[in-house]
Amino acid sequence: MKYVDEFRDGAKARILVREIESLVATMGVPDDRPLHIMEVCGGHTHSIFRYGIEGMLPKEIELVHGPGCPVCVLPIGRVDDCVSIAERPEVIFTTFGDAMRVPGSKKSLLQAKADGADVRMVYSPMDALTVARNNPERDVVFFGLGFETTMPSTALTILQAEGDGIRNFSVFCNHITIVPTIKAILDSPDLKLDGFLGPGHVSMVIGAAPYEFVANFYRKPMVIAGFEPLDILQSIWMVLQQIKEGRADIENQYARIVPDDGNAPALRAISRVYELREFFEWRGLGSIDHSGVKLRDNYASFDAERKFAVPNVKIADPEACQCGEVLKGVIKPWQCKVFGSACTPEMPLGALMVSSEGACAAHYQYGGVKQHVAAE
Amino acid sequence: MCLGIPGRILRIDDDAKMLATVDVGGVRRQVNICCIVDDEHPVSSCIGDWVLIHVGFAMSRIDEAQAIQTLKILTELGEAQAEYEAMRLSPPPREAA
Amino acid sequence: MTIAPFIRTRLLGRVNVRTVTLAHGGGGKAMKDLIDDVFVGAFDNAALAPLEDQARFDLAELAAHGDRLAFTTDSFVVDPLFFPGGDIGKLAVCGTVNDLAVGGAKPLYLSCAAIIEEGVTIDLLRQVAGSMAKTAKEAGVKIVTGDTKVVGKGACDKLFLTTTGIGVIREGVVLGAHLARPGDVVMVNGLLGDHGAAILIARGDMALETPIESDCAPLQRLIDSLLTAAPGIRFLRDATRGGLATVLNEVADASQVAIEIEEAAIPIREEVKAFCEILGLDPLYLANEGKIVIIAPSEEAEAALTAMRAHPLGARAGVIGRVSAGEPGWVTMRTVFGGRRIVDMLVGEQLPRIC
Repeated sequence: MKYVDEFRDGAKARILVREIESLVATMGVPDDRPLHIMEVCGGHTHSIFRYGIEGMLPKEIELVHGPGCPVCVLPIGRVDDCVSIAERPEVIFTTFGDAMRVPGSKKSLLQAKADGADVRMVYSPMDALTVARNNPERDVVFFGLGFETTMPSTALTILQAEGDGIRNFSVFCNHITIVPTIKAILDSPDLKLDGFLGPGHVSMVIGAAPYEFVANFYRKPMVIAGFEPLDILQSIWMVLQQIKEGRADIENQYARIVPDDGNAPALRAISRVYELREFFEWRGLGSIDHSGVKLRDNYASFDAERKFAVPNVKIADPEACQCGEVLKGVIKPWQCKVFGSACTPEMPLGALMVSSEGACAAHYQYGGVKQHVAAE
Repeated sequence: MCLGIPGRILRIDDDAKMLATVDVGGVRRQVNICCIVDDEHPVSSCIGDWVLIHVGFAMSRIDEAQAIQTLKILTELGEAQAEYEAMRLSPPPREAA
Repeated sequence: MTIAPFIRTRLLGRVNVRTVTLAHGGGGKAMKDLIDDVFVGAFDNAALAPLEDQARFDLAELAAHGDRLAFTTDSFVVDPLFFPGGDIGKLAVCGTVNDLAVGGAKPLYLSCAAIIEEGVTIDLLRQVAGSMAKTAKEAGVKIVTGDTKVVGKGACDKLFLTTTGIGVIREGVVLGAHLARPGDVVMVNGLLGDHGAAILIARGDMALETPIESDCAPLQRLIDSLLTAAPGIRFLRDATRGGLATVLNEVADASQVAIEIEEAAIPIREEVKAFCEILGLDPLYLANEGKIVIIAPSEEAEAALTAMRAHPLGARAGVIGRVSAGEPGWVTMRTVFGGRRIVDMLVGEQLPRIC
């Protein structure tokens, strides 16, 4: 496949690994304090595990898996809200696949479907709109979640619905913004990070400028990275170079896809349809100011939150859950007391075990839980 | 937030709604291309373009020159490494006394 | 001694209505007409014709094929009933035939139990039965007994089929998941993931257009020539639900060995790869209905490959890895990129990712 296979080339991988090894050898990295590089994005986490990248790097580099998995940070209370909407007989609840498994306080959307709710998996919000067109007598709700990458698609779909006069379509909006997330990580006292792999597809929409504060204020290097394994390795190499040279810049490794200024039509659609919420609840990280968006008043008729009364209860994570610490990279998945025992992908206690990009699920599936359970 | 895949625009299905059919390795799907349409790139001109698809929307036009450049850096790195290895393994002969 | 040939002296019944009703499950004339029209006519064979409560076989005749009886059952609840490359009927025959064949048995006879939802059309049933008959003929088996039930609307999803099969294993053929040894070679007979992808696409959730078709096929002839060419083969299993990864983990666990595979060597159709990339699925876990995993001693690998490649259902057969003396029970894969990762059992159901 073009633009994919070339970026999975093993020969070029070896070149990069050699460069990384020689570079690291000149940096005097102490044994007890390896370099910590965080990838923010869930897609990067998945790629890293899928291609076995961590095993290819010298021991002086430790990858810290960040909270950029929108499914993983869905609070229990919001899932309950989804379930309550889905269980209404007149509603067809449409959602992306991996959101269906996140546990609520009583059940997940998948379980609600098994209990009779009309929950349907869609690939695109446009498909949800088609369902609405084909079922005029039902209320179709689309579960809009994701960072800025997916915000434009939901917004554009709402604009399309508006243009076509579709009245039975609404969105349950759970879109979140990346900048407050990164800031929350950087403000976290128990964290020691040396650099970041920036979210490639979020940047495709918002450009590189929004991350300037990371370099200017927090003095940490960030390289906006693509998702193929070569992109990730090259980005790691670029971060290392910055660290070695004592620089802190925002660099763009993913230049073939990410324009410096982002995507104008996408940004226009976003500002037209959404406004920032004052604060938004994140599973594991608590409440973060200005980290979520909601539909503007003139799009109220497309806002499922206003159309349907939802429980809107803030429910704490189970006590045993250490998702927050794993999300911030403070502990590794297998250091969580319930990893692999009370919390498994079949019976997830926390959201990091639900989506295959959550650090815990990725580690469980690809990293070999047997190894760590056996080592205990 | 991530799952995007490169695909090639095959045909325009609806000019007004900016819908096109894209081909990804033999799999075809209708996508919305309004994010990659502008004054320099009107709808009809997009046929044949390589774009990044995410949840049914074309979100970016792939810059071929940048893609080549990214890979070129690595090829050149590889050549430099090979040269260094060659030098390291075969030191110049000693001069006669 | 053979069964005395049965001369059919009664006329087969025929259904004159368009859809199945509860009356068709009632045991009376309507049910007899349904069974005759849909099933008996299609499956037409001497063992079925008497329409007794059981099919009867001469034991000595069975023993002529080998020294052990193989016996298996499987239920089929696939949705949609008809998909590119096959239907529930074809699947029901192939699934059970293959379950027998991978044990080294010659598949001989199948039963067919149908649970039909009220309201299904008779034409649909005739199509399914026709498909079963065609596939049974291809597979060299006879459907000799069956059962039909009709349930009320909503009590089942259109049609559920259960097939049970018996076969006989040749003397000397010993296959088992616990028999793999370090040094053995791991092979598959062709392109993986077609069936799983075809079903997901046919469900229409993703609005994707592709030429992908299910690989559903009866493998008894392929397996027979395989076992003849390479009698030392340790293990065969069809990679159905859970895909290749699940079978490899089952063997690694049962034999307490490590298995290492090469991502670059795994044969997958371009369109299936693209489909997986678009939805964020892993092809190693997609179901197959015409693909087997073979574990053979290294000295017989060449012969096994030649035998498979000579057969239309094995044209793309290849080596994908080996059994090693590494950590027992572990399956690892060297990625196209050069790194190594673990290939574990599928946990839960694979759902498309957004990220």
